[in-house]
Amino acid sequence: MREIKSDKTYKDRAKAASAKPAALGEDIDLSTYISSTEEQPYRADPSELPAQAKEQMLEAGVILDDTSQRSGTFIQMDNAPVHSSSRQEGIEVMAVSQALEKYDWLSDYWWQAVAVDSDKYTAHIELNQSNGYFIRTLPGYKTVFPVQACLYLSKVQLAQNVHNIIIAEENSELHIITGCTTASKEEPGLHMGVSEFYIKRGAKVTFTMIHSWNPVVAVRPRTGVIIEQDGLFLSNYVIMKPVQSLQTNPLATCVGENATVRFNSILISTPGSMMDVGSRVLLNAKGAKTEVISRAITTGGNIVARGYIEGNAPEVKGHLECRGLILEGKGVIHAIPELKGTLAGIDLSHEAAVGKIAEEELEYLMARGLTRTEATATIIRGFLRVDIEGLPPLLSAELQRAVEASEEDLM
Amino acid sequence: MLEIKQLTVAVEDKEILHEVSLTIKTGETHVLFGPNGSGKTTLLMAMMGFPKYQVTSGSIIFRGKDITGLAPDERARLGIGISFQRPPVVRGVKTRDMVSACLKERGGEEIISQLAKKADLADFMDREINYGFSGGEIKRSELMQLMAQKPELTLLDEPESGVDLVNIVLIGELINELLEKDCPIRFRRCMGLIITHTGHILDYVNALTGYVMCDGRIGCEGDPHEILKTIKDKGYEECIRCLTRSVPNA
Repeated sequence: MREIKSDKTYKDRAKAASAKPAALGEDIDLSTYISSTEEQPYRADPSELPAQAKEQMLEAGVILDDTSQRSGTFIQMDNAPVHSSSRQEGIEVMAVSQALEKYDWLSDYWWQAVAVDSDKYTAHIELNQSNGYFIRTLPGYKTVFPVQACLYLSKVQLAQNVHNIIIAEENSELHIITGCTTASKEEPGLHMGVSEFYIKRGAKVTFTMIHSWNPVVAVRPRTGVIIEQDGLFLSNYVIMKPVQSLQTNPLATCVGENATVRFNSILISTPGSMMDVGSRVLLNAKGAKTEVISRAITTGGNIVARGYIEGNAPEVKGHLECRGLILEGKGVIHAIPELKGTLAGIDLSHEAAVGKIAEEELEYLMARGLTRTEATATIIRGFLRVDIEGLPPLLSAELQRAVEASEEDLM
Repeated sequence: MLEIKQLTVAVEDKEILHEVSLTIKTGETHVLFGPNGSGKTTLLMAMMGFPKYQVTSGSIIFRGKDITGLAPDERARLGIGISFQRPPVVRGVKTRDMVSACLKERGGEEIISQLAKKADLADFMDREINYGFSGGEIKRSELMQLMAQKPELTLLDEPESGVDLVNIVLIGELINELLEKDCPIRFRRCMGLIITHTGHILDYVNALTGYVMCDGRIGCEGDPHEILKTIKDKGYEECIRCLTRSVPNA
């Protein structure tokens, strides 16, 4: 892999931050993980990947045997891209290293939505020749089907470093489904991923990310989104399988008038899992809007569900909703909704609720003939329901299927 | 047939109903009047088997089977259905899901659409159940679910409360269909028990027998229209006086 070009100052800043703990989440000792830049064979046909890997990827929403309903595919195993393809004109899908070689201008986007020195994880990504995906829609083009991307962790004790860049040019429309998963159900690993989104004037991006890790994997995604005038960013994040430690707190900044952001997160924390998941939105332009919604269920794990909306421009509007269910009387959910307004005429609101399933609701369903177990399942299914405005029906159905598959484990 | 025999019910250790008895034969609809706080809803909740309503003595016999100890879902599956006065909002669960749950395997989308049309709720099927519903919409939704469930015994808790004049006509029609009022009584499969404070529902639904409940006791039994006339003329105070005379130690 050719070394990724980047400004020397980024390297300097990264070096200075290489021991800087993150503001949130437990500190991870990076020295206990191995950094590998081992090459993996490129697969022109992703269906030729090993069956076990394909099965794991499928669990995370990545379909490789029949890609007819995908506008493009990107697969990275550990730290090496093994496949990238686009099936549609106007849609570019490639390794970010390749994109940096192809486009000189790409360096203008590098570390613009996420600060390189945010913490030691972003620094590590800069300092370790990280690869990742580059997905771009050309002006006015719209994806017919979603582009899929998979970040696959196969090597034991590996630190996976990923740097993704997503650009939706003016008036384009891009739907992405990303599955992040691991080969082993029991071997440790660390996933660190920087994703920088640039949504240009009038563009629309939906980003659906399904995480399917294991109880000894630590995960530190770092995401930044910049949305220009009339742009839309819609993020759906789903994690319903065990993870040792997950901390993420993406930041979306509306820089153009009437930019819109929606964050939906579905979190299920099983015993032993520690999740600290938030979403932050800065409404910095007139008429910008956001909705930040999280649904958290614990069956014994810990969840910190954060939300932060800041209104800094006239006529902005934001709503934050954190709802948590504690099943079986175990586990902890700590909801932290925060609002900050810096001028008059803004409209920010939030609601948060944490508790068990209301007995009155169970009895209501039981009076219709559902057993207690069926009533509980119906309420949980409703709680996790993801009817997301703006998501194409195909993706919506796939997301719902992923949620329903995990419900069975939950019950 | 439904028989309630000497039923005494407590809520949080406080006795609310005292030795209540009534019998409803197949095909009949009865109506229970009573002032607010008289125990009417407690009786319905106890008949449905909600655990908060503890039966301390007496029994409930439905179609010859003692159901006093059964859970609400078991009673529902035996053929008892209830329309709640103030049902809860269940976030994320759609009206369509509730109707579908009531139908079990007895029909699919087509039947759901027909029921929605009948209850004038076609636009509400994909909304969260009871969330932001008006009084009339709640009642229609409850009745639509019961029409999907097809219970043999229908319990209706204040079906007219919070309902405007336009809605009450449709609600009356739905109840009449649910209770098979277009069939001669001997051909009906269904029974109904309606509880009401105002009795307004009797302008739209016929009932064979009426009762007055005061302070957890059934005071009298008779023609529902005559009872309602007395209540309208003399108020529930007269019923309470009458009941006090007939139950010296009350």
